[in-house]
Amino acid sequence: MDELDRAIVNFLQGGFPVCECPFAEVAAQLQTTERELISRVDRLLQRGILSRFGPMYHAERMGGSLSLAAMKIPESDFERVAEIVNAMPQVAHNYARDHVLSMWFVLATETPQEHAVALGKIERETGYPVYDMPKIKEYFVGLRLAV
Amino acid sequence: MTLEASLDEIDRRIVLATQSGLPLTLQPYHAVARQVGVSPEEVMARMRRMIETGMIRRIGAVPNHYVLGYKANGMTVWDVPDERVDELGERVGALDFVSHCYHRPRHLPEWPYNFFAMVHGHDKSEVEAQARQIADLLGDADRGHDILYSTRILKKTGLRFG
Repeated sequence: MDELDRAIVNFLQGGFPVCECPFAEVAAQLQTTERELISRVDRLLQRGILSRFGPMYHAERMGGSLSLAAMKIPESDFERVAEIVNAMPQVAHNYARDHVLSMWFVLATETPQEHAVALGKIERETGYPVYDMPKIKEYFVGLRLAV
Repeated sequence: MTLEASLDEIDRRIVLATQSGLPLTLQPYHAVARQVGVSPEEVMARMRRMIETGMIRRIGAVPNHYVLGYKANGMTVWDVPDERVDELGERVGALDFVSHCYHRPRHLPEWPYNFFAMVHGHDKSEVEAQARQIADLLGDADRGHDILYSTRILKKTGLRFG
């Protein structure tokens, strides 16, 4: 990444305008051309430096229900449980973490009922209780990394 | 996930056309408009409205923190008095190294933590320094905390509206 790439990544984390020629507007602020900007963004996406470029939709406000849930799984049973949890289409992310509560996943469902049914199914099929931690309040969501 | 009933057909088509990203062309909203079958003005007006109502958090780029060298991702979790969590949550959420910040329920006795702040550093010592900054900000409201690191990604499909 050169100086311009860095400036682009930092600038675009802050936002992108909604207007006729948004790349031209951003390019002017970064002292480059809109074609150069577009090809740089394309390359940053292809190289995996940017994982997304576009609107970030707010899942709950769009009709979904999200929850973080954790399970206490002994090492010896971890792979079996991970297989069951990962097979659920409602599980969007699943991480192993270095804690007694060793498995943490995000459950995305359309209704509270579907949420309860999915958790019940995971508990039955794995034999372990799920510690459900739906957010009570969100204070901030976003990533601001200086590069 | 299916989309909110209050969205009309055109909004839905805009979401489906843009959820994986904006087209990289000189006039991206015009390209979306051609795909959706309405005027570019209509697309821009609707996307501005979705920003105003919070359905779109923002339009922009998401960096891949792993590729950028932020290899230590710590889920810092805190036991904070319930009556102070909203005030403190706003302040911790404003720290620039915090990417997600929530009030969540405890599960006593195993899980005493009701406040979550996800932080990102180049290594664990940077994450620990960030946790100390949060602890300083919380002061005596920090009744106990922990940092959980992810050791493995088991699944990462993300969210998709269909």
